[in-house]
Amino acid sequence: MTLRSRDFSDAPVVLEISDLVVRVSDRDLPPVLKGVSFDIRRGETVCLVGESGSGKSVTSLATMGLLPRNALHVEGGRIALNGQNLLDVSSAQMKQRRATDLAMIFQEPMTALNPVLKVGPQITEVLDLHTKLGRAEKKAKVLDIMRQVHLPDVERIYDSFPHQLSGGQRQRIMIAMALILEPALLIADEPTTALDVTTQQQILSLIAEMQQRHGTAVLFITHDMGVVAEIADRVCVMRQGEIVETGPIRQVLETPRHDYASKLLDAVPSLVPRPSRQAPPATPVLAAQNLGKTYRSGSFLGKKTEVRASHGVTFDLSPGRTLGIVGESGSGKTTVARSIMRLIEPTDGRILLDGDDIAHLTSSQMKPKRRKLQVVFQDPYRSLNPRWTIARSLTEGPLNYGVPYDTAIAEAKRLLKIISLPEDALRRYPHQFSGGQRQRIAIARAVMLKPEVLVADEAVSALDVSVQAQVLDLLDELQRQTGIAIIFITHDLRVAAQICDEVLVMQRGAVVEQGSAERVLHDPQHEYTRALIGAAPGRFWDFAARKPLVA
Amino acid sequence: MVIERPAAEKPLSLRLLSQLSPASTGIAPFIATILLLAVILLTVFSPWIATHDPLAMDPLKRLQSASGEHLLGTDAYGRDLFSRMILGGRTSLVIGIAAAATALILGVLIGLIAGYFRTADAIIMRAMDALMAMPSILIAIALVALNGPSIGSVIMAITVPEVPRVVRLVRSVVLTVREEPYVEAALALGSSTPKILFQHLLPNTMAPMIVQGTYIIASAILTEALLSFLGAGISTEIPTWGNIMAEGRQYFRLNPGIILWPGVLLTICVLSINLIGDAARDGLDPRMKKREA
Amino acid sequence: MTSYLIRRILSVIPVLFLVSIFVFLLLRLTPGDPAAIIAGDNATPETLARIREAMGLNEPLLTQYVKWMGGILQGDFGRSLISGVPVLDMVAGRIGPSISLAVMTIVITILVAIPMGVIAAWKHRSWVDHLVMSFSVLGFSVPVFLVGYVLLLVFSVKLAWLPPQGYRPLTDGLGPFLERAILPSLTLASIYIALIARMTRAAMLDVLNEDYIRTARAKGVGERRLLFVHALKNAAVPIVTIVGAGFALLISGVVVTETIFNIPGIGRLTVDAVLARDYPVIQALILLTATLYVAVNLLIDLSYPLFDPRIRY
Repeated sequence: MTLRSRDFSDAPVVLEISDLVVRVSDRDLPPVLKGVSFDIRRGETVCLVGESGSGKSVTSLATMGLLPRNALHVEGGRIALNGQNLLDVSSAQMKQRRATDLAMIFQEPMTALNPVLKVGPQITEVLDLHTKLGRAEKKAKVLDIMRQVHLPDVERIYDSFPHQLSGGQRQRIMIAMALILEPALLIADEPTTALDVTTQQQILSLIAEMQQRHGTAVLFITHDMGVVAEIADRVCVMRQGEIVETGPIRQVLETPRHDYASKLLDAVPSLVPRPSRQAPPATPVLAAQNLGKTYRSGSFLGKKTEVRASHGVTFDLSPGRTLGIVGESGSGKTTVARSIMRLIEPTDGRILLDGDDIAHLTSSQMKPKRRKLQVVFQDPYRSLNPRWTIARSLTEGPLNYGVPYDTAIAEAKRLLKIISLPEDALRRYPHQFSGGQRQRIAIARAVMLKPEVLVADEAVSALDVSVQAQVLDLLDELQRQTGIAIIFITHDLRVAAQICDEVLVMQRGAVVEQGSAERVLHDPQHEYTRALIGAAPGRFWDFAARKPLVA
Repeated sequence: MVIERPAAEKPLSLRLLSQLSPASTGIAPFIATILLLAVILLTVFSPWIATHDPLAMDPLKRLQSASGEHLLGTDAYGRDLFSRMILGGRTSLVIGIAAAATALILGVLIGLIAGYFRTADAIIMRAMDALMAMPSILIAIALVALNGPSIGSVIMAITVPEVPRVVRLVRSVVLTVREEPYVEAALALGSSTPKILFQHLLPNTMAPMIVQGTYIIASAILTEALLSFLGAGISTEIPTWGNIMAEGRQYFRLNPGIILWPGVLLTICVLSINLIGDAARDGLDPRMKKREA
Repeated sequence: MTSYLIRRILSVIPVLFLVSIFVFLLLRLTPGDPAAIIAGDNATPETLARIREAMGLNEPLLTQYVKWMGGILQGDFGRSLISGVPVLDMVAGRIGPSISLAVMTIVITILVAIPMGVIAAWKHRSWVDHLVMSFSVLGFSVPVFLVGYVLLLVFSVKLAWLPPQGYRPLTDGLGPFLERAILPSLTLASIYIALIARMTRAAMLDVLNEDYIRTARAKGVGERRLLFVHALKNAAVPIVTIVGAGFALLISGVVVTETIFNIPGIGRLTVDAVLARDYPVIQALILLTATLYVAVNLLIDLSYPLFDPRIRY
């Protein structure tokens, strides 16, 4: 696979946005979009890429005429579809043009379909609204498009409710619904972000296939440079409501002109594992032996059900090393993390912390052990008590273990320097910090107790890529200074490649492959690992090096 | 100690007050606050405002309509309605506030326990279901009928049916918040159960409890009136809004004012409290809905 | 499915059991001699002894409870202390008017409140919304009996359009029935409409913010279809839930409304029984209404799958 290099200069322009300005209604704030201009031609894919808050979703909603009423409004500019300015069209006409001329698919296939209506009729509704076909014709057309998006057993799925389908199937339904009337323009707003990588791969190739078949112009919105490399013909890099860089994909990835675009590319973690570090000293600080957790449910009269959330997990972790647990959603990786933290009690196996088995300790027996074992969670907005000052959050742990307040505060100040926050942060509250800053504070809180093991559960997944890089650097720095051992739970192979010494790949609760990061990523033995690596978007490109990756 | 540990960045009272300024949420809560203050002042200072002795009977002036001497007329014993009404409001308000405070304290304690300790949860919640299943007005009149018409038993009768609603609300907040990563992090940091309960979970219930508290005061004032109206309230010698209106039932055709005037004042009072509760709810947590019944 | 059904039906047993204990203890645990409370202040020692004997108050609590519960399970709720008539017969004779009042109220409420809530949510923050919300908060704030008396004053006393009080069964003809039932039903509906309209609005506002509503708009679905096909069905579960929870409100309202309009139903029976300390009647009424409440809410629970296919039993 390589970058696309198709030429569309002869194709007609489908969408032309010029000088689009969008403002927040009734507030005197700078505009959300400050004069955005770009165009898309027939059969072409243009990627709008940017971090959260850059205005990429606002651009797509403005094009659809779906900006939230009373909140945002278009102040100026032009959105021309096949030459006609959509901003001049009446709302009744606009309603008619949606689905017929322009259609949209959204990020969350879980919530984008109406949960109380069957999916077949939801697609048929498009035909009800915009065509005068007979019942049989409609159904035939719906089943046909469902086959085109490669849904299995279409007759059955036609009569299914959304919750009975997988995430990938729902996104296929959304695509079928969007494309059934062959609109000239398809807007895809982060359509694969909520999906696992393997499903993402399938959906991306489906969009490409449908585009080729129908000659659709696609506006693809994403934050993921890997996805951009897979599907874009042209790229627009957005920041703070402006397009700062635009050009053919190869040009942007090889020779970005704008600083911000370069920074964005530099921050994309490479799939090439970092050089392996020297072998660990002998005694592991933490070991799991055949660790497992089975949920049993069902009361009297009810059927007993057993769910093996994870089983047979065995590893050793030495000080100063990082173990990655990699897997897709539902693989059981978070169950392992929670078992090790003893937020839940495992049902099988042993957890040895400094040689003592903590798998079944009571909460009071656990208390002295807890200071050796700390955790950082995924969502920076929920990791800190919103009502507590940073000082109170940071000192919570030490005070629990009888450390005097002055000593704890001194340590908190020292750590604030390491996480590059000013000392007056102590008196402030979480909401006064950005997501990345909060995540750094959460890490500082975890290391206040000088733990021996830090469990990072998807700790960078909710962060923008540039912030992600800072947090990964921070963890690395802390590890070098303190020799802490880290268990890093992630779904993202790129992140795992950058930070882990060893990797453990999980699928459906079981460990399918385990070994040094270099070995697993370079020479995967298990077919699932191979599939996972094969599905990593943009794996053929080394973004920071601006060149293809030679495997 | 180097760093003082300050209270919330903007105290709850300030956040509430800012909700009540006319600029922030429209004019309704602002007017409501002024009206409520007026009712409170009127009732608290009733001994000085009253034009007549509210208990003095005058058989010659029975059931008079409004006049210069008697602002709102007189009742069946010739007592001045206006003076009785503002004095009666005092008792009604005290009952409302006392019942709300009791229901909140009991409800928060029971709710915290039910939400945090799984073993206690099933039993507590079944008991709450049972309490909810009995129509509150029936429990209340039965309790008053059995315990006698004292202020204490009326407060208890109003409190008991309100407790399960508070328990359910607190429990649902606790169940949500205990899954928050910062609570799990506190667990990992070695915080004890009481610390997690009272320092992490309890503060989260404060905002909904303030809102709920206003609704309970409103509903308690209504229930008091209802109990008296049905003849199962405080002893009729003590004027309350409910008692005054209950006495007016018989003379409704002759002088509807005996029911209407206290009714209007009570409605203004309850309406103001409800509007303030709504404003507080929208301001403190836009997602919280009005209690379920 | 069936196993869930059985478990769900069995789960009401502990609730009803606790209700029965509460009702049982209500009298026994109040300070003072229950017999004296029942007999009133002027009772002679002989009367007290007779009451104690009749109610079995001399036996241990557990025995009393078992006997009492055993009787109830066989349909014997005891006899009225005042009239000596079996309680069940008294209730049966009074249930008709209450049921017709309740049914009319529910019909009026659903016809009025749901459209009100839907439109308020649709026109969120417009004057329609403000009007609905004002009506709703007012409905919560006016004592039910005040509404009743104002309606009486206007339509019966001043305008003399409707007979003031009383009750005529439907079998006497639709006209006489409606004449007397309309004011009580409107009185009772005022607070119920306030509750349901408010809940409908809140549920609809939640749903209208969902992604699938945006999807429907992106398909070009019109507003009416959007509201009543896409949104309302999703909002149905919280709405029917509140209809069930509001049932308790309805029962309380029935007590008051029947008193104002002089309707010989369960509500009046309750008030009369309480004022006369007719204890077996009070016990039976609390037990029966609680059972009714539990049954209604059970039915509502079981109806969820009709509205939401994700809920499966």
